[in-house]
Amino acid sequence: MLKMENVSKTYRHRGQLVTALNGANAEIPEGDFVSIVGPSGSGKSTLLLMLGGMLSPSGGRVLLDDQSIYDLNSDGRACLRKQKIGFVFQTFNLVPYLTASENVQVPLYLVGRDNSSQQARAEELLTRVGLSDRMHHKPSELSVGQQQRVALARMLANDPAVILADEPTGNLDPETSQQVIDFLEEVNVEGRTVVMVTHDPRAAARAKRILRLDCGAIVSEKPGRNGRHATAGRSELMLNRVEHATDRRIQRR
Amino acid sequence: MKLRTLVLREIFERKSQLLTSFLAILLGITVIVSIKNITHYSEKAVALEMDSLGANVLVLPKSSTLQDYYAADMQGDTIPEEYVTRLAMSDLAGLDNLSPKLSLPVELQGKTFTLTGILPKSEFQAKAAWSGAGIFSRPVGCGASVGMMGSEDKKTLARKRVIDTLNDNEVLVGADVAGKLGLKEADTMDVLGRTFSVTAILPQTGTVDDARIFAHLHVVQDLSKKGPVINAIEVIGCCQEISNGLVDKINRLLPDAKVVTITQIAASQININRMMSNLSLMFLVIIIFVGGASIANYMYANVFERRREIGTLMALGANSGLVLRIFLLKALILGVAGGIGGYVIGTILAVVLGPKLAGVIVLPMPLLALLAVGVSVALALVASYFPARRAARLDPCATFQEV
Repeated sequence: MLKMENVSKTYRHRGQLVTALNGANAEIPEGDFVSIVGPSGSGKSTLLLMLGGMLSPSGGRVLLDDQSIYDLNSDGRACLRKQKIGFVFQTFNLVPYLTASENVQVPLYLVGRDNSSQQARAEELLTRVGLSDRMHHKPSELSVGQQQRVALARMLANDPAVILADEPTGNLDPETSQQVIDFLEEVNVEGRTVVMVTHDPRAAARAKRILRLDCGAIVSEKPGRNGRHATAGRSELMLNRVEHATDRRIQRR
Repeated sequence: MKLRTLVLREIFERKSQLLTSFLAILLGITVIVSIKNITHYSEKAVALEMDSLGANVLVLPKSSTLQDYYAADMQGDTIPEEYVTRLAMSDLAGLDNLSPKLSLPVELQGKTFTLTGILPKSEFQAKAAWSGAGIFSRPVGCGASVGMMGSEDKKTLARKRVIDTLNDNEVLVGADVAGKLGLKEADTMDVLGRTFSVTAILPQTGTVDDARIFAHLHVVQDLSKKGPVINAIEVIGCCQEISNGLVDKINRLLPDAKVVTITQIAASQININRMMSNLSLMFLVIIIFVGGASIANYMYANVFERRREIGTLMALGANSGLVLRIFLLKALILGVAGGIGGYVIGTILAVVLGPKLAGVIVLPMPLLALLAVGVSVALALVASYFPARRAARLDPCATFQEV
């Protein structure tokens, strides 16, 4: 479970005090899929950074599985990230001089997996995102959509419990955006928690819950298409998959 | 994926940016290695020359300059042959032997050689007494390759033949002369209109003696038409007597001649060596500042350019220690490559240019590789440490679009 307790963030920019978050509270249970929407400068990305342990709050607490993230030092938070959190970025942030396979291997290297196991896992993930024939291509040799798919494969490398996505469809055409959201839904169905910052209302609507941020505070919450009401009509098979995946995660812990 | 892969891929991806820093360190190390290498062999040659010839004194015309011991008699000016008699008849203690010489340039088959007149017994006894290595041969280890000394029996033959008999029509031919003119023993050759018989081909010595043709002093005096004169007298002295003022005593006996010791002749080379040592030190300082600044500048730029990538790695779970290692490993690779490259190029330059610049044969010095790599790596690591630390402390938030 991800939890924010009265989190605030202020910083100085050109001599002026800027309030990015102002007493934000949120609870994101395991297996949830939350979209965070709001105007530019409303604090969406700040909130995501804090959930990922990359930006310490000025006040309040952020908890992941009852562990206060910012009670850990920076190396402790890095360790937490590589084990539990998968990031996906608007600009993909692939390492430009590494191949698709090597990009996927980076998180695996960070957790100390051996070379052959890294390669096997990267191959498995790239096959899953439909890039088995592009494994040895560098990002510059891939289309934008393919780059984001490599980023999605990298995100899943260490089988994270939490996915943090910062405008994952921001640079993509509608068709590729659809594929990316489908994929996020898919990993959510597997039992992972997904938190997605987005400007795209159609993408936001695919989440279970939509949190609206304004002036650094969560001002409203409404269910998405996959929310409690929306999911009521989904197939039995899908619900079974969620239960099965959740069981699998519990067993792994 | 390994740390090494991550670093090497980045280096090869952006190699053009790295090139300036690499060249700065490579050139610096190259210059240091080549100067150190040449200086080492030059100093060694001087030291050995001093050891072998330290007890020798040269009597030269006043106008002579002091450059090369072996070529001291080839400067054209003369002194009377009577000086030899004066020395021989004196009661100076410590004079072991005397060897007067008169040299003339001669052109044979379009090539210039030196015809040197010697007084057989004194010349050869004196030469043989130097180091026991054989007449005309440079003392072993003076910078000449020992393997080039030639066959021992030939030297023995030459010494035996000449000590007692060097007839007016006989010549001894240096190795270079014989090689270039295609001469062998018992051949005849015409020099300045006179026919000589080649009595022996002398072994290679690595000195100007290899380009000489030795004939009897009085024959050469006749051919030069200069009368009973000589260019130099080698005095084989005794170390203890030289230190007791033998040079001053000879000077008083021969006031119109210049009397010098090998120490004085070597002084200019010693000065050159000292200058080269200082130059090498100066380059070391320059490379530390210029090379270090270049690497530091490149690394800072590299950190700035890669901040998004560093942030991404941190977001994926890389800790600051790993980021520090990424940059320091890159510096290490740069340092090792610069050091090895600088050593190889510096050594090649030293081996090729050493004989031309310092007149000594230069051989590779493996120990210098340690110095080269050590300096290069230390410099690269120190210069990169602060940029690397900055990278390790980067704010990973830079990876996100907005804050």
